[in-house]
Amino acid sequence: MSTRPRHGLVSLRGLSRDRLEGLLDRAQSYVGSQVSSDLAGATVTTAFFEPSTRTRLSFERAAHRLGAHVMDLSPDLSSTTKGESFKDTILTLSAIGTDLFVVRHWLADAADLAAEWSGRPVINAGVGRREHPTQTLIDAMTLRQEFGHLDGLRMAIVGDISNSRVARGHLEAFPTLGVKLTLVGPTPFLPNHNPWGVRVSTALDDELGDVDVVYLLRMQNERGAADAIPADQSYARRYGMNAERLSMLKPAAVVMHPGPMNRGVEIDDAVADGERSLILEQVANGVPLRMAVIAEALGGWG
Amino acid sequence: MIVIRNASVLRAHEIELCTVVIEGDTITSVGTEPVANGARVIEANGAWLGPGLVDLHVHLRDPGQTWKEDVGSGSRAAAAGGFTAMVAMPNTVPPVDGGSSAVAALERARAVDTIDIVVAGTLTEGRAGKAMAGFDAMYEAGVRVFSDDGNAVPEAGLLRRIMAYLRDLPGALVAEHAEDHSIAGEGHMHEGMVSARLGIAGLPGVAEDVIVARDIAIAAETGASLHIQHVSTARSVELIEDARTAGLSVTSEVTPHHLALDDSALEGLDPNLKMYPPLRSAEDRAALRSAVRDGVIDAIATDHAPHAPSEKAVPFEEAPRGVIGLETAAAAVASFAVGDDQRIFFDRTSVAPARIAGLERQGREVEAGSPANLVLFDPARRWVPGSFASKSQNSPFAGMELTGRVLATIYEGRISYEGGLA
Repeated sequence: MSTRPRHGLVSLRGLSRDRLEGLLDRAQSYVGSQVSSDLAGATVTTAFFEPSTRTRLSFERAAHRLGAHVMDLSPDLSSTTKGESFKDTILTLSAIGTDLFVVRHWLADAADLAAEWSGRPVINAGVGRREHPTQTLIDAMTLRQEFGHLDGLRMAIVGDISNSRVARGHLEAFPTLGVKLTLVGPTPFLPNHNPWGVRVSTALDDELGDVDVVYLLRMQNERGAADAIPADQSYARRYGMNAERLSMLKPAAVVMHPGPMNRGVEIDDAVADGERSLILEQVANGVPLRMAVIAEALGGWG
Repeated sequence: MIVIRNASVLRAHEIELCTVVIEGDTITSVGTEPVANGARVIEANGAWLGPGLVDLHVHLRDPGQTWKEDVGSGSRAAAAGGFTAMVAMPNTVPPVDGGSSAVAALERARAVDTIDIVVAGTLTEGRAGKAMAGFDAMYEAGVRVFSDDGNAVPEAGLLRRIMAYLRDLPGALVAEHAEDHSIAGEGHMHEGMVSARLGIAGLPGVAEDVIVARDIAIAAETGASLHIQHVSTARSVELIEDARTAGLSVTSEVTPHHLALDDSALEGLDPNLKMYPPLRSAEDRAALRSAVRDGVIDAIATDHAPHAPSEKAVPFEEAPRGVIGLETAAAAVASFAVGDDQRIFFDRTSVAPARIAGLERQGREVEAGSPANLVLFDPARRWVPGSFASKSQNSPFAGMELTGRVLATIYEGRISYEGGLA
């Protein structure tokens, strides 16, 4: 292993274009690669305090493909888990022997605190409504594969943005990578302040002809989204991506979704399963991208 | 006898360097008298000598949560902050919501001989926001300030009945924590740029504005005296100014931390910067500073809210609300709001709050015959708060250089603090 300083990935905020592109390059090099032993002997601990099978398994597989050992500590989510026990968990797993934590938590500062408490690098696998950095990088990787570049692309992020950590990760990284973002949704779903200085629109149909990427988000009813708009089908009518709206896109434009999808709400089957959809490509890029982030965090490339 | 020499004292029309003589519990002379033998002499070197500070808003946590603070530790912290009187909020465990709890609280308060502790009572029974508290028994015991602090009275109809009742009790004050829970929900910081960026559930300023507007409307109708606690928004300031222009009996307070800081400080999610109402925007802070200088906001109040270090050493969203403030209030106000204006400083920290709480022995001019409740404050001394006399250390000012330091405090003619003199 190299002597590169170890650092995790808690937030994409302020990361340089060089570092972001380096991660994407590295991830691309892992596509279709054989299992490596770059990180043989390292222990990666996944600590997921919110239910998430897909992301956790993707991280596990990424760690295995690098030769690392994986410990999973995902507490019994049926019981209420307090931050205090979160601290105990992190300290205990540090003492047992962990080289890297992968943390998902409903608290916004969980990844920062895990790093502070443990002194180990931490990869944020989705905290609070704050950021989900690996999802953002997966999407950047997928778009670069599709278009061959990122600079100058226009992306509309559509839906329940105020509850979305995926959107907040995108807002921190995509502008750095040269992608122009527009947030689209009904006002109750839009952040009520705009520290990123991005375009905001409530009229999806006005945006569709201008963008290269339509990035759809689900309504997070577990975070109260259902109470923010009328309980009828009006959301799907105004913002659902359907065949008619698909026809309004530029010929080369694509549709993405971080999953899980609510088919028939923000996305129709014809769109999700259609030829403009990059949704399965996004999923497939999860493992190589997370391999790159894990390898970077543990100094596995020089 | 205590003699304080070369103190900067506000006289009727000007500020003079004086020698102030204290005998027993009274100021006996202010002038240039020679020092008598046997007197304790304090050399002020031009520091401000004024009426002891009066805090309208303190949480002493006693009874029920004495690991955070108790009457003794809170009183020591208050004396160290230059205070000679403070209003203890009633949200203890159990709360002060009737005659027996008020009598018990008053007994604890009277046992302290370093500061006046004014016992406040709740507005609703059990502070539950459902039914009126036991006003008559509390009033007979001596309670004049009523607040459900921590919550606003949730129903406008209940508040209207409370105000209609309390207007008949002379001197009774309805003090409101102005926050509409149906808007604020489970927010953790000001709904603004930082909450949007970090995805933290926000506490919108309008949650305060609607309660201030509602309360002023009901106070105008009922004739009750209304006091808005810890004002935090620019819009609240406008509403209060309009009410005062209309001649209503509406007073208000602001905390030192809302004058000193804004929500940009929350990027690091430090639990010691978490309180309700939250640190607001820079524009709100600017409006609060102007309002204090202009007198639209009457008083500085700390909302001293102690929490043990272990309680605050948790993720931001799980941390309890509140910060301590007694020991840094004078310095923060001088540093961030009133600068070197001695007259405004003592009006907002002592004279006005003493008037609002109805305390005749507090907030008095420094002149012969006045009660010797005094603070000696050096407005130029720079210092960095570190550890505190409070049992808790959850200060937003720890490690921050402040300008202005309490040198000594005198309560009823006795020195209650002199740790700043050295």
